[in-house]
Amino acid sequence: MSPDTHRDRTLPILGAVLLAVIVFGPLLPKWALFLLTIALAKGLVSLGLMLQLRAGLVSFGQALYYCIGGYTAGSLGRFFDISDMLLQMICGAFAAAFVALILGFLLARYRGIFYGLLSMALSMILYGLLAKSESLGSTDGINILPSTVFGIRPAQEWVRYVVIVTGCSVAVLATALVHRYLKTPLGRLAPAIKDNEIRVEYMGASVRRAIHVKYVIAAALSGIGGALAATAVGHIDPDMAYWTTSGEFIFIAILAGTRSVVAPFLGAVIFGIIHTTAFDLSPNTWQMTLGISLLLVIVFLPEGLWSLFGRRKAA
Amino acid sequence: MDQILTVIVDGIFYSAWLFVAAVGLTLIYGVMKIVNLTHGSFYALGAYAGASFTGAWIAAGYPPMLSYAVLLGSAIIITLVFAPLIERGILRFMYAKDEVVILLITYALFLILEDVIKLIWGVDPYFVSEPYGLLGSFDVGEMTYPTYNLILVGIAIVSGGGLTLLLQGTRIGKLLRTVIHDPEVSRAMGINVDRFYLVTFTFGSLLAAIGGAYTAPTVSVVPGLGVEVIVLSFAVVVIGGLGSLPGAALGALIVGLVRSATIHYVPSLELFVIYFVMAMVLAFRPRGLFSLAEPRKI
Repeated sequence: MSPDTHRDRTLPILGAVLLAVIVFGPLLPKWALFLLTIALAKGLVSLGLMLQLRAGLVSFGQALYYCIGGYTAGSLGRFFDISDMLLQMICGAFAAAFVALILGFLLARYRGIFYGLLSMALSMILYGLLAKSESLGSTDGINILPSTVFGIRPAQEWVRYVVIVTGCSVAVLATALVHRYLKTPLGRLAPAIKDNEIRVEYMGASVRRAIHVKYVIAAALSGIGGALAATAVGHIDPDMAYWTTSGEFIFIAILAGTRSVVAPFLGAVIFGIIHTTAFDLSPNTWQMTLGISLLLVIVFLPEGLWSLFGRRKAA
Repeated sequence: MDQILTVIVDGIFYSAWLFVAAVGLTLIYGVMKIVNLTHGSFYALGAYAGASFTGAWIAAGYPPMLSYAVLLGSAIIITLVFAPLIERGILRFMYAKDEVVILLITYALFLILEDVIKLIWGVDPYFVSEPYGLLGSFDVGEMTYPTYNLILVGIAIVSGGGLTLLLQGTRIGKLLRTVIHDPEVSRAMGINVDRFYLVTFTFGSLLAAIGGAYTAPTVSVVPGLGVEVIVLSFAVVVIGGLGSLPGAALGALIVGLVRSATIHYVPSLELFVIYFVMAMVLAFRPRGLFSLAEPRKI
């Protein structure tokens, strides 16, 4: 039975999540809201990675666009005095998508480890540039202006709440669009490309174009994520583009699997929980916890955590 | 003129270090088709083992001239502890998986090893500068260099030359080339492919550990040491072509000289330029400078 014959619950789930954030947000402590906002930002980037994973491509440099999003938000504040977080996210998305549109001509020709290595090299180039650029704070990075929405600066105790509600609204909208995209012919090509791209070409579709489109969408999502993380943390630095940051996103995407657009956000929340609790309990073994979880997922749940839900449905 | 000489000498020292750090990566990829992120972990393990064993050796009052042998010994010991464990314990069950999946598995192992290092050695920095100062210095033009730098150049030449001789001139090398060409047929012909994989992985990792051990006296050994080495060695082997020995040498030379020239003339572009070269090579010759055309598989 194809997945489509099931009732598609993605949109109701997304709506419910947004509603839950709006209703229960004020009840949660500020640190929890902060962690959820960061998970939201990382979830967006990982959603972008998921799009590529569906086509069998692993980018070891998605942090490039996360960083572009963050630095776009930062530059808007630093050079134009713009602190509106909606505007920051939109500009972050466009800046990232624009860079991806250009680099995509190059990357769409690559597969397998070369795709991963080239994307890693590109993100390290940005890291190298930012780490030495004094007007953008070199390795110290720069601070972000306090967030405003539609020109209004929320009161101090409401900042976290406003940031997560705004971020979540944008993320839900973006995720719904991605969900829609996956149902278009272009979106459906991904698993076919992973299976056998020459057959896809014989069918008359352009693999390169399909990958290019995915790459640009993924970059836009990561740009939004980067801008959201920047405004939530209030600070950006070149480490946003370092390859270990990309590694975190890969962890989340692999953990989540590619079966649902909601999965990356679940993965990001789980990553946040592992990160926070393991870091609290024993700061010297949290990476080990990540590594072991990643190994277990790759070996026992190659389709990701979401397959735990899927299997029940398919049975 | 003097400045050009300085650029070249600096570049050669840096290239030697890069080659030793990266050649194991290309060896492992060439034989096993694994893009091995744990390579950086072995570099760090070697550095930690080198720093702590040599430190203990010197603190115990044994002859300091022998500390160079201790550095080598500690790299060998630490590799023999971890490399066979990883290859036999985990990697060998994964060979059937896709190259990219194995890359992710080595990423998981890299994360684990990062913390293993912290558990063994803690998070405080280690210093062992004695071997560095012991050999004195020499002059090139107006610049003075520590003689210690020549050790890495020596190791680079010995390991590169030795590997080439081994591959081209011996029976083992011939067998290994058969395994590289077609592991399944080699197995059918009675070659113990598993053993070749084990030895290759261990030996490749050993080279990284040696690189780390002999770098330890020149730096402070701190957590996260291997993280940068991974991307640098990727840059080196990708420029030359993954799996190619002469490629790794060429890649190391290019990166080393380009970096040292940039440091001297445009210091702000130091990091940028390495990855820029890597991206350019990937853009125009994706399989590296030393690579043959490969048929597309249907």
